[in-house]
Amino acid sequence: MDHVAALLVELGLLFLGLAVLGLLARRLGLSPIPFVLLAALALGDGGLVPLATAEPFITAAAEIGVVLLLLTLGLEFSATELFASLRRHGPSGFVDLVLNAPPGFVAGLLLGLPWQGALALAGVTYISSSGIIARLIGDLGRLANRETPSVLSVLVLEDLAMALFLPLLVVTLTGGGPVAAVAGIALSVGAVLLVLVAAQRHGHHLGRLLTHRDDEQVLLRLVGLTLLVAGLAQAVGASAAVGAFLVGLALPATFADRARAILRPLRDLFAATFFVAFGLSTDPSEILPTLPAALLLAAVTTATKVGTGWYAARRDGVALFGRLRAGTVLVARGEFSIVIAGLAVAAGIPELGPVATGYVLLLAVIGPLITRFIEPVAARCRPAPTPG
Amino acid sequence: MDLQETLLPGVGVRYELTTGSGQVLGIVVQRDGGAEIAVYDARDPDRARGMFRLEPEEVDAVAEVLGAPRLTQRFADLSREVPGLRSARMTVRSGSRFAGRPLGDTRARTLTGCSIVAIVRDADVVTSPTPEELLRAGDVLVVIGSGSGLEELDRRLSEQA
Repeated sequence: MDHVAALLVELGLLFLGLAVLGLLARRLGLSPIPFVLLAALALGDGGLVPLATAEPFITAAAEIGVVLLLLTLGLEFSATELFASLRRHGPSGFVDLVLNAPPGFVAGLLLGLPWQGALALAGVTYISSSGIIARLIGDLGRLANRETPSVLSVLVLEDLAMALFLPLLVVTLTGGGPVAAVAGIALSVGAVLLVLVAAQRHGHHLGRLLTHRDDEQVLLRLVGLTLLVAGLAQAVGASAAVGAFLVGLALPATFADRARAILRPLRDLFAATFFVAFGLSTDPSEILPTLPAALLLAAVTTATKVGTGWYAARRDGVALFGRLRAGTVLVARGEFSIVIAGLAVAAGIPELGPVATGYVLLLAVIGPLITRFIEPVAARCRPAPTPG
Repeated sequence: MDLQETLLPGVGVRYELTTGSGQVLGIVVQRDGGAEIAVYDARDPDRARGMFRLEPEEVDAVAEVLGAPRLTQRFADLSREVPGLRSARMTVRSGSRFAGRPLGDTRARTLTGCSIVAIVRDADVVTSPTPEELLRAGDVLVVIGSGSGLEELDRRLSEQA
């Protein structure tokens, strides 16, 4: 086969495979992310099937996948929701950070990672998967539940923390010392605040610039602007992901709904490619030795996330079983843990790859499972209703 | 009456209404205009069970059903008690862009905050018209709303097709 033919055949088979895996995952009531990771481990160098021709394309497409993931994360965000969440659930967000980031950091140091790698692992264990969790809450009919506002607020605060954490991580990964790290934080706080305020005042100008009757025009303008800003951010040593997030943040809420709808198929395609690329870059034979560590870390951070949800729901006056639902639904880790791990691996800490892969594989499956199983268990333990 | 409003980040707004008889009704209004209506488990009051999912058009229909008759009932008292509330009669002139279109197309409630409580058509009166009710040239709409809302709606109704 010539080069083009081989490329197209490989990509075609890859996407068909992803479709089958996605279907299987939905049947089982799980997220497709762990399935895609597992399949990608079986592909490429050291795997069962080499993807020799398509690999350069997949690597490039993965960069776009990260950019689109962060752009849609930014689009989800509104300043009003952020400030309301901070006011009402600030302490829960703080407890979330204090309980879930340190286990990753300590585990990273114990595993012999450099401290920058440990910092990345702290991010991996801290951030829940808002994609998996939002879907779970809808699927399980929990939207109207009393614990749900606290769960969603914790997720919003995690997204904010992510916006501040990514630049910090990028600065430290590129070899900056503590001073550069502090400068990085100051810079990112400044940038996020600036963009939020500017979006409040002038966001509608940007919205008008991108709005057009034609969906195609909106798509091209939006993707073009985002890639441009992401590329410039990468060039000045911040991360492309951060640039894309800021673009999403700057767009006004009126435009964001339409932008999300138009972007969704494109984002799904490129995000799947990103998960494949991450799986490809990890050598499957290295996962097994790190699996005990990943298991232990998963067990510890499952407990800490349950604690977080418990605390957040209790502050809202929710009773025992609601607190358990809130705690268990937060356990799932997914796309953003992989984004963080991917940044660290790309910056020259490949040892993080296997641990993070094993960890996300475990919790992207275990998280949805335990929160599903907690419902019937809770129903059985519940006291009988008082008659009348 | 106890109506609580809670923000659901990324989803919309959740309302919780505890009725006088102690029942609890949960309403989640989503960003896309859809809604979920839930009642709560007697044994676990935090858990929604029995959910209705409403598409945006269905939400509009339910809002009209619940909103209009109540307003007609209370209209007489209200316009006396509430200074800001006024009523008006507006004619759908021939050539108006809404002649021959359903009432829902005026989006009167969404855009101007006005409620159309009745349509006077020749000798007939259609009370609490549904959004599907077709408007005809010559119809007289009985409308309740704020002064500015009424002016805005009047302008909107006289827009040419």
